[in-house]
Amino acid sequence: MSDQHQEKLAGPGAGVAHGAEHPDHFSHHVRRYLFVFYALLFGTVITVAASYIPFGHRAMNIGVALFIACGKAFLVGGYFMHLISERKMIYGIMAFTAFFFTGLMFLIIWSFADFPRLTILR
Amino acid sequence: MDIPYTVQPRQDTGLYNAKVGIWLFLASEVMLFGALFSTYILLRVGAQEGYWPHGWLTIPIGFVNTLVLITSSITTVMAWASLKMNRFGKFKLYHALTILLALTFVGIKSYEYRDKFLRYQIKLADGNIADGHLVGKSKDFDLAQKTGHITIHGHVVNLANKEGEELNKELKKLYDLRSPEGRAVKHGELEYEASQIESLNNYGPWLNTYTAIYFTLTGLHALHVIAGALVIGFLWGPGSKMWKTDPERFTNRIEISGLFWHFVDLVWIFLFPVLYLL
Repeated sequence: MSDQHQEKLAGPGAGVAHGAEHPDHFSHHVRRYLFVFYALLFGTVITVAASYIPFGHRAMNIGVALFIACGKAFLVGGYFMHLISERKMIYGIMAFTAFFFTGLMFLIIWSFADFPRLTILR
Repeated sequence: MDIPYTVQPRQDTGLYNAKVGIWLFLASEVMLFGALFSTYILLRVGAQEGYWPHGWLTIPIGFVNTLVLITSSITTVMAWASLKMNRFGKFKLYHALTILLALTFVGIKSYEYRDKFLRYQIKLADGNIADGHLVGKSKDFDLAQKTGHITIHGHVVNLANKEGEELNKELKKLYDLRSPEGRAVKHGELEYEASQIESLNNYGPWLNTYTAIYFTLTGLHALHVIAGALVIGFLWGPGSKMWKTDPERFTNRIEISGLFWHFVDLVWIFLFPVLYLL
């Protein structure tokens, strides 16, 4: 078995438990988890700090906070949930979810674009 | 009866069944929280200028709770990694920490809820609004009968006969507590007879659309934390017997519960800035 293939099987993204792994072999995954953990802590501190910086408009503050939150979500989803090395079927499920989630958000935006024509103002 | 593909992957998906199941479930959860997030956006963007609250939640408390949940995520993944390395003792330790952290999160959230339920907004008969934490009510306090009195620790805002910039500044004392006007407010003990009060509400979900969506979002999230903690607690306690009989299946169960737990963490990553900071 090639090293690359062995790595894929042992990696957290493998779709099945393969029994106990050798601690030395798995330790680099553990180091990665710790690195992600520190990055998440740092991201949280940055999020709070950025909320105190006046970027000129509140929309800018919202954008910055959501950008950092997306980065943190990538770390959690990618590494803790192993999405970075998952099977195609999981990516398929996520793609459908992303599509409908985006649609849901756009519905809100479109409803606001419609506001002047359809809403009766008292 | 043997349930197939609890350990071995299916040929077609390359995954064991529970993993497909949890991801489909998480997809539905994304849509559930997505609907509530979009509701939040709708309410916030549609709110009248100056009336959407800022700074009603205590940032240090939310910050600590975020750290607690992030730490519980690393202990969850370390618990799973420990099983992969055949270290059952370490697994027990890490998941015990996860459960403790989950309880800490719920405890802190309960404290925050209690604080909201003890804070009152009182509309006075003279048009002013008194806002503050409940100190006490007399035994005969009855708003309908106009008997007794109530004491709060807070401040009074006068919105009557105010317009434009003057109204905006006064509104900030009530709705934008992070603004210079909001921070400059001096709090003191205030006592009102029931006859002076037109209406009063605590900061429960019924106060306004902000508290409604705040309690809905955080309440649903807290239910997920509790549900996740119960599952992890079962797998840590009686459910862990499976490690002796079917270790690979047990490891998969820990992975599945972990995926749910990370999702709960992921939701909070967005809830914290949206509700506490912006």
